[in-house]
Amino acid sequence: MVPFEFAYYRPQSIAEAVAMFIELEQKGKRPLYYGGGTEIITLSRLGLVSTAAVIDMKAIPECRVLDADSDPLVLGAALSLTELVEANPFPLLTKAAKEVADRTARNQITLGGNLCGQIFYRETALALLVAEADIVIAGPNGVRQSRINDLFHQHLQLSRGEFVVQIKVRRFAVELPHFHHKRRKQGEIGYPLVTIAALKKDETIHAAFSGVCPFPFRSAKVEAHLNDRRRPATERIQAAVNAFPRPILHDIEGSADYRLFVAAQLLEDALRELGETI
Amino acid sequence: MEETTKCELVLHINGEQRTVITRQAETLLFVLRDELGLTGTKPGCLNGDCGACTVLVNGTPIKSCMMLAIETVGKEITTIEGLRDTPIQHAFVRHFAFQCGYCTPGFIMNIHALIEQHPNADQSTIQEWLQSNICRCTSYQEIEAAVKEALQAKKTDIQPSHNRISRV
Repeated sequence: MVPFEFAYYRPQSIAEAVAMFIELEQKGKRPLYYGGGTEIITLSRLGLVSTAAVIDMKAIPECRVLDADSDPLVLGAALSLTELVEANPFPLLTKAAKEVADRTARNQITLGGNLCGQIFYRETALALLVAEADIVIAGPNGVRQSRINDLFHQHLQLSRGEFVVQIKVRRFAVELPHFHHKRRKQGEIGYPLVTIAALKKDETIHAAFSGVCPFPFRSAKVEAHLNDRRRPATERIQAAVNAFPRPILHDIEGSADYRLFVAAQLLEDALRELGETI
Repeated sequence: MEETTKCELVLHINGEQRTVITRQAETLLFVLRDELGLTGTKPGCLNGDCGACTVLVNGTPIKSCMMLAIETVGKEITTIEGLRDTPIQHAFVRHFAFQCGYCTPGFIMNIHALIEQHPNADQSTIQEWLQSNICRCTSYQEIEAAVKEALQAKKTDIQPSHNRISRV
Protein backbone atom coordinates (compact mmCIF):
# COMPACT_ATOMS: atom_id res chain seq x y z
CA MET A 1 0.00 0.00 0.00
CA VAL A 2 1.47 3.30 -1.10
CA PRO A 3 -0.37 6.14 0.67
CA PHE A 4 0.27 8.76 -2.02
CA GLU A 5 0.13 9.00 -5.79
CA PHE A 6 2.98 8.65 -8.21
CA ALA A 7 3.35 8.12 -11.93
CA TYR A 8 5.15 5.03 -13.18
CA TYR A 9 7.56 5.11 -16.12
CA ARG A 10 9.32 2.21 -17.81
CA PRO A 11 12.10 3.45 -20.13
CA GLN A 12 13.57 1.09 -22.70
CA SER A 13 17.07 2.57 -22.78
CA ILE A 14 19.63 4.34 -20.62
CA ALA A 15 19.19 7.55 -22.60
CA GLU A 16 15.42 7.45 -22.20
CA ALA A 17 15.73 6.87 -18.46
CA VAL A 18 18.08 9.81 -17.99
CA ALA A 19 15.92 12.08 -20.17
CA MET A 20 12.85 11.11 -18.15
CA PHE A 21 14.65 11.82 -14.91
CA ILE A 22 15.76 15.26 -16.06
CA GLU A 23 12.27 16.20 -17.28
CA LEU A 24 10.53 14.91 -14.14
CA GLU A 25 13.07 16.61 -11.90
CA GLN A 26 12.50 19.90 -13.71
CA LYS A 27 8.76 19.48 -13.10
CA GLY A 28 9.37 19.05 -9.38
CA LYS A 29 8.32 15.38 -9.29
CA ARG A 30 11.37 14.25 -7.27
CA PRO A 31 11.66 11.06 -9.36
CA LEU A 32 13.16 7.86 -7.99
CA TYR A 33 14.79 5.11 -9.98
CA TYR A 34 12.91 1.90 -9.29
CA GLY A 35 14.44 -1.59 -9.30
CA GLY A 36 12.60 -4.37 -7.51
CA GLY A 37 10.58 -1.75 -5.68
CA THR A 38 10.48 -3.54 -2.34
CA GLU A 39 12.22 -0.81 -0.39
CA ILE A 40 10.39 2.07 -2.10
CA ILE A 41 7.01 0.46 -1.39
CA THR A 42 7.94 -0.43 2.20
CA LEU A 43 9.34 2.97 3.06
CA SER A 44 6.49 4.75 1.28
CA ARG A 45 4.00 2.95 3.49
CA LEU A 46 5.96 4.09 6.53
CA GLY A 47 6.14 7.68 5.31
CA LEU A 48 9.91 7.53 4.89
CA VAL A 49 9.94 7.94 1.10
CA SER A 50 7.97 10.35 -1.02
CA THR A 51 7.95 10.87 -4.77
CA ALA A 52 5.60 11.84 -7.56
CA ALA A 53 7.28 9.59 -10.15
CA VAL A 54 9.18 6.30 -10.30
CA ILE A 55 11.35 5.20 -13.22
CA ASP A 56 11.50 1.41 -13.51
CA MET A 57 14.91 0.19 -14.66
CA LYS A 58 13.97 -3.38 -15.48
CA ALA A 59 13.29 -2.87 -19.21
CA ILE A 60 16.72 -1.35 -19.90
CA PRO A 61 18.72 -4.09 -21.66
CA GLU A 62 22.10 -3.06 -20.22
CA CYS A 63 20.68 -3.34 -16.70
CA ARG A 64 19.59 -6.92 -17.38
CA VAL A 65 22.91 -8.29 -18.69
CA LEU A 66 24.35 -11.37 -17.03
CA ASP A 67 27.57 -12.30 -18.80
CA ALA A 68 29.27 -14.94 -16.70
CA ASP A 69 31.74 -16.07 -19.36
CA SER A 70 33.46 -12.77 -20.08
CA ASP A 71 36.40 -11.18 -18.28
CA PRO A 72 35.35 -9.12 -16.48
CA LEU A 73 32.04 -10.79 -15.83
CA VAL A 74 29.18 -8.35 -16.22
CA LEU A 75 26.19 -8.16 -13.88
CA GLY A 76 23.27 -5.88 -14.70
CA ALA A 77 21.94 -3.80 -11.84
CA ALA A 78 18.36 -4.92 -12.50
CA LEU A 79 19.15 -8.62 -12.08
CA SER A 80 17.24 -10.05 -9.16
CA LEU A 81 19.22 -11.57 -6.31
CA THR A 82 17.59 -14.92 -7.14
CA GLU A 83 18.88 -14.67 -10.71
CA LEU A 84 22.38 -13.97 -9.36
CA VAL A 85 22.21 -16.85 -6.91
CA GLU A 86 20.95 -19.34 -9.49
CA ALA A 87 23.52 -18.32 -12.12
CA ASN A 88 26.27 -18.16 -9.47
CA PRO A 89 28.82 -16.24 -11.57
CA PHE A 90 30.67 -15.01 -8.46
CA PRO A 91 30.41 -17.40 -5.50
CA LEU A 92 31.21 -14.80 -2.83
CA LEU A 93 28.47 -12.53 -4.19
CA THR A 94 26.14 -15.53 -4.33
CA LYS A 95 26.71 -16.18 -0.65
CA ALA A 96 26.03 -12.54 0.19
CA ALA A 97 22.92 -12.36 -2.00
CA LYS A 98 21.51 -15.59 -0.64
CA GLU A 99 21.47 -14.16 2.88
CA VAL A 100 19.48 -11.04 1.97
CA ALA A 101 15.80 -11.12 3.04
CA ASP A 102 14.04 -14.37 2.05
CA ARG A 103 13.72 -16.47 -1.12
CA THR A 104 10.50 -14.88 -2.38
CA ALA A 105 11.70 -11.36 -1.62
CA ARG A 106 14.93 -12.10 -3.50
CA ASN A 107 12.86 -12.80 -6.59
CA GLN A 108 12.21 -9.06 -6.62
CA ILE A 109 15.16 -7.39 -4.90
CA THR A 110 17.74 -6.30 -7.46
CA LEU A 111 21.50 -6.03 -7.21
CA GLY A 112 21.31 -2.29 -7.87
CA GLY A 113 18.54 -1.86 -5.34
CA ASN A 114 20.48 -3.64 -2.63
CA LEU A 115 23.58 -1.54 -3.32
CA CYS A 116 21.73 1.77 -3.38
CA GLY A 117 19.06 1.15 -0.75
CA GLN A 118 18.33 3.42 2.18
CA ILE A 119 18.26 0.42 4.51
CA PHE A 120 21.88 0.54 5.41
CA TYR A 121 23.07 -3.06 5.44
CA ARG A 122 23.62 -3.19 1.63
CA GLU A 123 25.30 -6.56 2.03
CA THR A 124 26.02 -7.30 -1.63
CA ALA A 125 28.40 -4.34 -1.51
CA LEU A 126 30.76 -6.29 0.76
CA ALA A 127 31.60 -8.87 -1.89
CA LEU A 128 32.12 -6.16 -4.49
CA LEU A 129 34.33 -4.08 -2.19
CA VAL A 130 36.71 -6.92 -1.37
CA ALA A 131 36.80 -7.99 -5.04
CA GLU A 132 37.46 -4.36 -6.06
CA ALA A 133 34.79 -4.55 -8.71
CA ASP A 134 34.05 -1.81 -11.22
CA ILE A 135 30.72 -0.08 -11.37
CA VAL A 136 29.11 1.42 -14.47
CA ILE A 137 26.99 4.49 -13.74
CA ALA A 138 24.74 6.48 -16.05
CA GLY A 139 23.36 9.95 -15.51
CA PRO A 140 22.84 13.39 -16.97
CA ASN A 141 26.58 13.67 -17.71
CA GLY A 142 26.77 10.36 -19.57
CA VAL A 143 28.04 6.90 -18.70
CA ARG A 144 31.13 6.41 -16.55
CA GLN A 145 32.96 3.50 -14.97
CA SER A 146 34.75 3.58 -11.61
CA ARG A 147 36.20 1.22 -9.06
CA ILE A 148 33.45 0.69 -6.51
CA ASN A 149 35.94 1.31 -3.72
CA ASP A 150 36.36 4.90 -4.97
CA LEU A 151 32.61 5.55 -4.91
CA PHE A 152 31.34 3.57 -1.95
CA HIS A 153 31.88 5.48 1.26
CA GLN A 154 29.16 4.24 3.62
CA HIS A 155 26.89 4.36 0.59
CA LEU A 156 27.35 4.80 -3.14
CA GLN A 157 28.21 8.42 -3.82
CA LEU A 158 25.96 9.07 -6.81
CA SER A 159 25.01 12.48 -8.13
CA ARG A 160 21.35 13.39 -8.53
CA GLY A 161 19.99 11.61 -11.59
CA GLU A 162 22.67 8.92 -11.71
CA PHE A 163 21.91 5.22 -11.49
CA VAL A 164 23.89 1.98 -11.48
CA VAL A 165 23.84 0.16 -14.83
CA GLN A 166 26.25 -2.71 -14.27
CA ILE A 167 28.86 -4.25 -12.02
CA LYS A 168 32.01 -5.70 -13.56
CA VAL A 169 34.11 -8.22 -11.65
CA ARG A 170 37.51 -9.27 -12.93
CA ARG A 171 37.73 -13.01 -13.35
CA PHE A 172 40.78 -13.54 -11.14
CA ALA A 173 38.84 -12.04 -8.22
CA VAL A 174 35.98 -14.48 -8.75
CA GLU A 175 38.32 -17.41 -8.23
CA LEU A 176 40.16 -16.19 -5.12
CA PRO A 177 39.73 -18.02 -1.79
CA HIS A 178 37.00 -16.31 0.19
CA PHE A 179 34.92 -16.30 3.35
CA HIS A 180 31.39 -15.10 3.99
CA HIS A 181 29.29 -15.33 7.10
CA LYS A 182 26.22 -13.52 8.35
CA ARG A 183 25.45 -13.84 12.03
CA ARG A 184 21.99 -12.81 13.21
CA LYS A 185 20.50 -12.46 16.67
CA GLN A 186 18.32 -15.46 15.94
CA GLY A 187 16.84 -17.36 13.01
CA GLU A 188 17.92 -17.46 9.41
CA ILE A 189 16.04 -14.44 8.05
CA GLY A 190 16.68 -10.87 9.02
CA TYR A 191 19.25 -8.18 9.43
CA PRO A 192 22.73 -9.03 10.67
CA LEU A 193 24.47 -8.55 13.95
CA VAL A 194 27.60 -8.86 11.85
CA THR A 195 28.24 -9.86 8.26
CA ILE A 196 31.78 -10.38 7.02
CA ALA A 197 32.93 -10.93 3.46
CA ALA A 198 36.63 -11.57 2.97
CA LEU A 199 39.00 -12.85 0.34
CA LYS A 200 42.70 -13.45 0.08
CA LYS A 201 44.66 -12.00 -2.82
CA ASP A 202 48.44 -12.34 -3.06
CA GLU A 203 48.58 -13.33 0.63
CA THR A 204 46.69 -10.18 1.58
CA ILE A 205 43.30 -10.43 3.26
CA HIS A 206 40.57 -8.05 2.14
CA ALA A 207 37.62 -7.80 4.53
CA ALA A 208 34.37 -5.83 4.50
CA PHE A 209 31.68 -5.60 7.16
CA SER A 210 28.00 -4.88 7.56
CA GLY A 211 25.82 -4.78 10.66
CA VAL A 212 28.59 -3.49 12.92
CA CYS A 213 28.11 0.16 12.07
CA PRO A 214 25.15 1.97 10.50
CA PHE A 215 26.90 1.56 7.15
CA PRO A 216 28.94 -1.14 5.41
CA PHE A 217 32.66 -0.57 5.30
CA ARG A 218 36.01 -1.82 4.14
CA SER A 219 38.86 -0.18 6.06
CA ALA A 220 42.57 0.04 5.22
CA LYS A 221 43.37 0.37 8.94
CA VAL A 222 41.42 -2.76 9.79
CA GLU A 223 43.06 -4.73 7.00
CA ALA A 224 46.55 -3.51 8.02
CA HIS A 225 46.01 -5.08 11.44
CA LEU A 226 44.54 -8.28 9.99
CA ASN A 227 47.54 -8.68 7.70
CA ASP A 228 50.22 -7.85 10.29
CA ARG A 229 51.69 -11.35 10.50
CA ARG A 230 54.42 -10.26 12.93
CA ARG A 231 51.76 -10.57 15.63
CA PRO A 232 49.71 -13.55 16.78
CA ALA A 233 46.26 -13.89 15.23
CA THR A 234 44.39 -13.01 18.42
CA GLU A 235 46.23 -9.69 18.65
CA ARG A 236 45.68 -8.98 14.96
CA ILE A 237 41.96 -9.60 15.36
CA GLN A 238 41.62 -7.47 18.48
CA ALA A 239 43.55 -4.62 16.89
CA ALA A 240 41.36 -4.89 13.79
CA VAL A 241 38.17 -4.73 15.85
CA ASN A 242 39.53 -1.76 17.83
CA ALA A 243 40.11 0.01 14.52
CA PHE A 244 36.52 -0.34 13.33
CA PRO A 245 34.95 2.99 12.38
CA ARG A 246 32.41 4.48 14.74
CA PRO A 247 29.64 4.47 15.81
CA ILE A 248 29.10 0.81 16.59
CA LEU A 249 25.42 -0.13 16.38
CA HIS A 250 23.82 -0.49 19.78
CA ASP A 251 20.16 -1.48 19.55
CA ILE A 252 17.59 -4.14 20.35
CA GLU A 253 19.30 -6.58 17.98
CA GLY A 254 22.55 -6.41 19.88
CA SER A 255 24.64 -4.14 22.06
CA ALA A 256 27.78 -2.53 20.68
CA ASP A 257 29.98 -4.73 22.89
CA TYR A 258 28.20 -7.87 21.72
CA ARG A 259 28.51 -6.93 18.06
CA LEU A 260 32.27 -6.39 18.50
CA PHE A 261 32.53 -9.73 20.31
CA VAL A 262 30.70 -11.47 17.44
CA ALA A 263 32.84 -9.66 14.88
CA ALA A 264 36.01 -10.90 16.59
CA GLN A 265 34.73 -14.47 16.61
CA LEU A 266 33.83 -14.29 12.94
CA LEU A 267 37.19 -12.79 12.07
CA GLU A 268 38.85 -15.77 13.75
CA ASP A 269 36.72 -18.06 11.58
CA ALA A 270 37.63 -16.01 8.52
CA LEU A 271 41.37 -16.13 9.17
CA ARG A 272 41.23 -19.85 9.80
CA GLU A 273 39.24 -20.51 6.63
CA LEU A 274 41.64 -18.37 4.61
CA GLY A 275 44.59 -20.45 5.76
CA GLU A 276 46.02 -18.21 8.45
CA THR A 277 47.66 -19.72 11.54
CA ILE A 278 45.40 -19.22 14.55
CA MET B 1 5.01 12.47 -20.74
CA GLU B 2 1.71 11.21 -19.27
CA GLU B 3 0.84 13.16 -16.12
CA THR B 4 -2.10 11.20 -14.71
CA THR B 5 -1.54 8.86 -11.77
CA LYS B 6 -4.47 6.57 -12.67
CA CYS B 7 -4.44 4.24 -15.62
CA GLU B 8 -6.20 1.35 -17.32
CA LEU B 9 -4.37 -1.93 -16.95
CA VAL B 10 -5.02 -5.14 -18.86
CA LEU B 11 -3.90 -7.98 -16.63
CA HIS B 12 -3.72 -11.70 -17.39
CA ILE B 13 -4.90 -13.48 -14.28
CA ASN B 14 -5.59 -17.20 -13.94
CA GLY B 15 -5.85 -17.56 -17.71
CA GLU B 16 -8.29 -14.69 -18.12
CA GLN B 17 -7.83 -11.15 -19.37
CA ARG B 18 -9.03 -8.59 -16.81
CA THR B 19 -9.20 -4.84 -17.31
CA VAL B 20 -9.02 -2.49 -14.36
CA ILE B 21 -8.67 1.24 -13.83
CA THR B 22 -6.42 1.84 -10.88
CA ARG B 23 -3.75 4.01 -9.32
CA GLN B 24 -0.29 3.64 -10.83
CA ALA B 25 1.00 3.48 -7.26
CA GLU B 26 -1.32 0.63 -6.30
CA THR B 27 0.16 -2.68 -5.29
CA LEU B 28 -0.87 -5.89 -7.00
CA LEU B 29 -2.34 -7.15 -3.72
CA PHE B 30 -5.01 -4.47 -3.49
CA VAL B 31 -5.83 -4.55 -7.20
CA LEU B 32 -6.43 -8.30 -6.93
CA ARG B 33 -8.56 -7.99 -3.82
CA ASP B 34 -10.36 -4.65 -4.06
CA GLU B 35 -10.64 -4.15 -7.80
CA LEU B 36 -11.00 -7.72 -9.02
CA GLY B 37 -12.53 -9.51 -6.03
CA LEU B 38 -9.81 -12.13 -5.84
CA THR B 39 -9.77 -12.22 -2.05
CA GLY B 40 -7.95 -15.53 -1.75
CA THR B 41 -4.73 -13.53 -1.73
CA LYS B 42 -4.39 -12.36 1.87
CA PRO B 43 -3.07 -9.06 3.22
CA GLY B 44 -0.82 -9.77 6.18
CA CYS B 45 2.09 -7.62 7.25
CA LEU B 46 2.02 -5.44 4.09
CA ASN B 47 5.77 -5.29 4.61
CA GLY B 48 7.05 -8.25 2.59
CA ASP B 49 7.70 -10.33 5.68
CA CYS B 50 4.86 -12.81 6.13
CA GLY B 51 4.23 -14.20 2.63
CA ALA B 52 0.43 -14.38 3.05
CA CYS B 53 -0.03 -12.36 -0.15
CA THR B 54 2.21 -14.53 -2.34
CA VAL B 55 1.06 -14.98 -5.95
CA LEU B 56 2.87 -16.22 -9.03
CA VAL B 57 4.03 -13.80 -11.71
CA ASN B 58 5.23 -15.72 -14.76
CA GLY B 59 5.48 -18.72 -12.46
CA THR B 60 7.71 -16.98 -9.92
CA PRO B 61 6.49 -16.41 -6.34
CA ILE B 62 6.08 -12.72 -5.61
CA LYS B 63 4.82 -10.95 -2.51
CA SER B 64 1.97 -9.00 -4.05
CA CYS B 65 2.12 -6.33 -1.33
CA MET B 66 5.58 -5.46 -2.63
CA MET B 67 4.86 -5.25 -6.36
CA LEU B 68 2.97 -2.59 -8.25
CA ALA B 69 0.08 -3.92 -10.33
CA ILE B 70 1.34 -1.88 -13.26
CA GLU B 71 4.57 -3.89 -13.27
CA THR B 72 2.65 -7.05 -14.11
CA VAL B 73 1.18 -5.86 -17.42
CA GLY B 74 2.09 -8.45 -20.07
CA LYS B 75 2.81 -11.13 -17.49
CA GLU B 76 0.84 -14.16 -16.38
CA ILE B 77 -0.48 -13.84 -12.84
CA THR B 78 -1.69 -16.87 -10.91
CA THR B 79 -3.56 -16.53 -7.64
CA ILE B 80 -4.89 -19.20 -5.32
CA GLU B 81 -8.18 -19.03 -7.23
CA GLY B 82 -6.26 -20.20 -10.31
CA LEU B 83 -5.11 -23.47 -8.79
CA ARG B 84 -7.35 -26.53 -9.03
CA ASP B 85 -6.55 -30.03 -7.84
CA THR B 86 -2.84 -29.48 -7.51
CA PRO B 87 -0.86 -32.03 -5.51
CA ILE B 88 -0.01 -29.50 -2.84
CA GLN B 89 -3.65 -28.55 -2.25
CA HIS B 90 -4.57 -32.18 -1.66
CA ALA B 91 -1.50 -32.75 0.48
CA PHE B 92 -2.38 -29.77 2.69
CA VAL B 93 -5.80 -31.31 3.35
CA ARG B 94 -4.42 -34.78 3.96
CA HIS B 95 -1.85 -33.53 6.46
CA PHE B 96 -4.07 -30.86 8.08
CA ALA B 97 -1.28 -28.44 7.26
CA PHE B 98 -3.22 -25.41 8.54
CA GLN B 99 -5.16 -24.24 11.53
CA CYS B 100 -6.72 -20.80 11.01
CA GLY B 101 -5.86 -21.02 7.31
CA TYR B 102 -4.97 -17.35 6.80
CA CYS B 103 -1.44 -18.05 5.65
CA THR B 104 -2.44 -21.07 3.58
CA PRO B 105 -2.92 -19.42 0.14
CA GLY B 106 0.53 -17.85 0.35
CA PHE B 107 2.14 -21.13 1.36
CA ILE B 108 0.31 -23.02 -1.38
CA MET B 109 1.38 -20.58 -4.09
CA ASN B 110 5.01 -20.65 -2.98
CA ILE B 111 5.13 -24.42 -2.65
CA HIS B 112 3.35 -24.93 -5.98
CA ALA B 113 6.13 -22.91 -7.66
CA LEU B 114 8.77 -24.85 -5.73
CA ILE B 115 7.34 -28.15 -6.96
CA GLU B 116 7.11 -26.91 -10.54
CA GLN B 117 10.64 -25.47 -10.58
CA HIS B 118 12.41 -27.98 -8.35
CA PRO B 119 10.61 -31.33 -8.50
CA ASN B 120 13.70 -32.91 -6.93
CA ALA B 121 14.00 -30.33 -4.16
CA ASP B 122 16.10 -31.50 -1.23
CA GLN B 123 15.61 -30.58 2.43
CA SER B 124 17.71 -27.42 2.24
CA THR B 125 15.85 -26.18 -0.85
CA ILE B 126 12.49 -26.81 0.81
CA GLN B 127 13.66 -24.99 3.91
CA GLU B 128 15.03 -22.06 1.92
CA TRP B 129 11.77 -21.58 0.01
CA LEU B 130 9.48 -22.02 3.00
CA GLN B 131 11.36 -19.44 5.04
CA SER B 132 9.49 -16.87 2.96
CA ASN B 133 6.17 -17.66 4.64
CA ILE B 134 5.09 -17.37 8.26
CA CYS B 135 2.37 -19.44 9.94
CA ARG B 136 1.34 -17.91 13.26
CA CYS B 137 -0.42 -21.17 14.18
CA THR B 138 2.96 -22.87 13.72
CA SER B 139 1.78 -25.71 11.49
CA TYR B 140 5.26 -26.06 10.13
CA GLN B 141 5.70 -29.79 10.70
CA GLU B 142 2.47 -30.57 8.87
CA ILE B 143 3.33 -28.15 6.07
CA GLU B 144 6.72 -29.79 5.60
CA ALA B 145 5.06 -33.21 5.44
CA ALA B 146 2.61 -31.90 2.85
CA VAL B 147 5.44 -30.48 0.73
CA LYS B 148 7.28 -33.78 0.75
CA GLU B 149 4.17 -35.71 -0.21
CA ALA B 150 3.39 -33.30 -3.03
CA LEU B 151 6.95 -33.54 -4.31
CA GLN B 152 6.66 -37.30 -4.29
CA ALA B 153 3.35 -37.07 -6.12
CA LYS B 154 4.95 -34.83 -8.72
CA LYS B 155 7.81 -37.27 -9.18
CA THR B 156 5.55 -40.24 -9.66
CA ASP B 157 2.99 -38.13 -11.50
CA ILE B 158 0.26 -39.63 -9.34
CA GLN B 159 -1.91 -37.09 -7.58
CA PRO B 160 -3.55 -38.08 -4.30
CA SER B 161 -7.24 -38.61 -4.94
CA HIS B 162 -10.11 -37.03 -2.98
CA ASN B 163 -10.95 -40.52 -1.70
CA ARG B 164 -7.77 -40.56 0.31
CA ILE B 165 -8.62 -37.45 2.32
CA SER B 166 -8.70 -38.34 5.99
CA ARG B 167 -11.55 -37.04 8.09
CA VAL B 168 -12.05 -36.93 11.83
